[in-house]
Amino acid sequence: MTTNTLEPIEKRNMNTVTPELANQSEDSTPAIQADNLNAWYGDFQALHSISLSIPKKQVTAFIGPSGCGKSTLLRWFNRMNDTIHTARATGNLSLGDMDLLDSSTDVVDLRRRVGIVFQKANPFPKSIFENVAFGPRLHMRLEKSELSDLVEWALRKAAVWNEVKDRLNAPALGLSGGQQQRLCIARAIATGPEVLLMDEPCSALDPASTLAIEDLIDELRDQYTIVIVTHNMQQASRCSDKTAFFFEGRVIEFDTTEKLFTQPDSQTTDDYVRGRFG
Amino acid sequence: MSSENRKDEIPSDGATANAGASGSRADKEKTLRGSDSRMATDRAFRRACVIIAGISVVILTFLLGSIVLQGLPSLSITLLTGTPEPEPSQAGAWPAIAGTVWVCTICALITLPIGIGTAVLIEEFRPKSRLGRRLLSLIQLNISNLAGVPSVVYGILGLTAFVSMFGLFGAAKNGEPAFEIGATYYDQFTNLASDPFLSMGIEDAEERYFLAPVAASSDPPTVPKSGMTMFEYIGETLEPVTINVVGAEDFPPTDPKELSLSVDGNSIPGRISEKAWYYFRLPFGRGVLAGALTLMLVILPVIIISSQEALRAVPSSLRDGARGLGATSWQVIWNITLPAASPGILTGSILAMSRAIGETAPILIIAGIVYIRNAPHHLMDSYTVLPLQIYNWTSRPQEEFHAIAAAGIVVLLVILLSFNAIAVILRQRMQNKVR
Amino acid sequence: MSRAVAESDASSNNLDARVNALLSRSRRNLGSTRLRELFIYAALIACGLFSLLITVSIIGVLLTETLRFFQFDEVTVGNFLGSAQWTPLLGATKSFGIWGLISGTLLVTGIAMALALPLGLITAIYLSEYAPRKVRDVLKPVLEILAGIPTVVYGFFALMTITPFLQWLHEGFNVYNAMSAGIARGPRCFPQVCSLAEDALHSVPKALRDGALGLGGTRFDATIKVILPAALSGIISAFLLAVARAIGETMIVALAAGSRPQATLDPRDEIQTMTGFMVQMAGGDVSNFGTEYFSMYAVAFTLFLITLSLTMLGNLVRRRFRETYE
Repeated sequence: MTTNTLEPIEKRNMNTVTPELANQSEDSTPAIQADNLNAWYGDFQALHSISLSIPKKQVTAFIGPSGCGKSTLLRWFNRMNDTIHTARATGNLSLGDMDLLDSSTDVVDLRRRVGIVFQKANPFPKSIFENVAFGPRLHMRLEKSELSDLVEWALRKAAVWNEVKDRLNAPALGLSGGQQQRLCIARAIATGPEVLLMDEPCSALDPASTLAIEDLIDELRDQYTIVIVTHNMQQASRCSDKTAFFFEGRVIEFDTTEKLFTQPDSQTTDDYVRGRFG
Repeated sequence: MSSENRKDEIPSDGATANAGASGSRADKEKTLRGSDSRMATDRAFRRACVIIAGISVVILTFLLGSIVLQGLPSLSITLLTGTPEPEPSQAGAWPAIAGTVWVCTICALITLPIGIGTAVLIEEFRPKSRLGRRLLSLIQLNISNLAGVPSVVYGILGLTAFVSMFGLFGAAKNGEPAFEIGATYYDQFTNLASDPFLSMGIEDAEERYFLAPVAASSDPPTVPKSGMTMFEYIGETLEPVTINVVGAEDFPPTDPKELSLSVDGNSIPGRISEKAWYYFRLPFGRGVLAGALTLMLVILPVIIISSQEALRAVPSSLRDGARGLGATSWQVIWNITLPAASPGILTGSILAMSRAIGETAPILIIAGIVYIRNAPHHLMDSYTVLPLQIYNWTSRPQEEFHAIAAAGIVVLLVILLSFNAIAVILRQRMQNKVR
Repeated sequence: MSRAVAESDASSNNLDARVNALLSRSRRNLGSTRLRELFIYAALIACGLFSLLITVSIIGVLLTETLRFFQFDEVTVGNFLGSAQWTPLLGATKSFGIWGLISGTLLVTGIAMALALPLGLITAIYLSEYAPRKVRDVLKPVLEILAGIPTVVYGFFALMTITPFLQWLHEGFNVYNAMSAGIARGPRCFPQVCSLAEDALHSVPKALRDGALGLGGTRFDATIKVILPAALSGIISAFLLAVARAIGETMIVALAAGSRPQATLDPRDEIQTMTGFMVQMAGGDVSNFGTEYFSMYAVAFTLFLITLSLTMLGNLVRRRFRETYE
């Protein structure tokens, strides 16, 4: 398996963190902070007074039954909800010193810093290279060689380089589902975000591809703050440091993954993680 | 025959299954009254449908067949390259074909950006304010209503808005321009040699034309004087020439050379004009540009609606993907949505253009029936289009012209069908490429 | 294998350093992007407003010129709306009764619709309920081509083929007659009726159809008793839109229907439609400032009002119909 041969390389990569990134990992201020956040779609209240801190350089999982608001919250983290004109929110939500609810906040700047990977892989109908180069081209002026460096780097990070390096100009839609999803992750990290949001990234994939993505998340955790929404409790327990359990628009419990899955405080959480409903 | 049984049989589509089933049923039992006759009705109705639906094929075959039969004998190179001579055997449609190419090309260049822009505005922007959303739905409603406006009404609008420009430049009597650039006016004199009476006896004196430049078209006629420098066409270039004026009492010179340079002092020159390729005037008059703009009015709603459909077919996950990477609205549209929608937009646009090529009524309203011998040379040049030429030939009494009209229709249909074919091929190619 | 790994190891080490340097560079300034965005948005809004401007200027132009028409001494509103005598070119006895033109328009449209509606509807039913794929693949392009043939071609066909045939059938037919134009207009309109009606039939939920079939109805029963009634308003809107389109059609009547406005129901007779009159005015050499010239605008305005109200009504019914099933 190509992913396996890549593993040592990726391990090494983690040691060569930029000084800037290294500094960030030391401070303990949260990457994203929500205080008493309420959100609506029209008259329907999707989130009820959410307060939680997403820790830096860790993997945070959001679990809960469908319609519980976990994707809504994720989409507020980089304002993907802006396209829905009935969506609105009150309370506080901040990324560092950036107020995420302020209408004057530059969403373009925000989305450079907070990348997102969607449930269904959505590569652009362009070549593999163009898919990854899309973000960097928007945000930076790059020489040709710099751009190809960046593309190679991102594809290596996303553990698809070996599979696609000989056909970078082939259409991305020709890749398998799992490869497409990793391509989308490469595309997201090519813009150099601080936070990577993943909205059920494996729900449309087969078990082997899911495993590849989970390995990848494991590789990326030291450099990026990762928030992953998942239906799959095993997945949350396998790859996250902290887990938040959502139910009917509220955060019922937010704790280290280990504690939440073994000794939850709330009965609802217990019932859910044991598969009694959901 | 249980109802259970029938339930299974009937939804199974296809004539054979049903016919076979009802046949065997008729043999076996007659417990359920009316079921046979209902089956028969169904079969009869199906047959009627097939026949009626077949009528469209018959109509098309008959229509095309009769026209091709009438037109084929007259189809010749002369038809494609010749000018619309009054003699049927020499009549050609070249000026009309060139006019169609001019008008439709300009029309496409103007309409496509506006049409696609409007479609993008409606489909891709979700204004936050209520007022903005109201405005967009008003525009949307307006477009679906514009699509139903008869093209002849657009012709009337074009006549007022483009040909005479609402009379803003003074009532444009005789279609005279109020403002123009790129035109040079001359007064044209003929020499005495062209007058058979005055040049009598001097056989080898050649006819010559002398041009005196005039500053503006409204200037009084030039009065010729001896020793005046005028211009004369030698081939394609204007050469200066000094003329000699012969008064009413004077005898014309007898020297052929001198005679050829002589002009009658009392002659009234003809005012002619030379127009450069960039000639521009206001109001536009009955020129190519006015025609193109009028056709724009006709096909704009068509292009907007088909582009909207193409944009709607682009999955929103692609937009989300680009937006999530920090692309601005326009970057999403330009880099992702438009390229993904381009096969649909292109197909719709080509079909809209083929409609523009066939439009007759609005062009007839704004250009009228005029006799055009040349392909247009500039944006304001007078022109005719192929369907208008066909109308012209059809409405003449001589039967020979009807055959030429049929041949013209064959040419027109070949152009239109190849446009449709291009649209279909493009659509398939682009679809394959994306997959 | 291990050598390859070692090599790429070294190079990826370099790569990492280079890319980290790249990513720590400052990003492109958003100011100019925003400004460009704003300009483009403004341009797009201008495009959108342009379509509104077209409507406004159609109404503006037609209204002002029509008012100018009514200011002529020889024109009265009563005559215009109350008479069927349309004789603007008969010097001494000019009369401007719009009904003379409307009746001709309705006669030709009526004939065309009598052909196009049943033909279009039944073809639509066949296409949506019965036709196998292969037949659809043939019929659809045929309909598209029929709809795409320019009207001047149908006009030629009417004058050169239909009229002689009608005259051969019955001697009473004039060279120019309403029947011929109506017959030629039929096939021109019917693809539109067909595609709109098919849309309507398609949007009837599958459950309704399956329900009817499941209760033991034949396909004919299901179509006539369930699907047609369910799709009725969609079909009505298809008819309205097709009638609006037919009324505005110009070149067929200009060639085949003649130029004598008269209120008659005899399809063998020469008539004139509103569109036909406009073409006659524009094609002939009428003075640009006479009453008859401005009467063209009054006719255009009448035509515009009729087609607009039919289109709006059709679109309204269509939207209502769609809402029912969405």
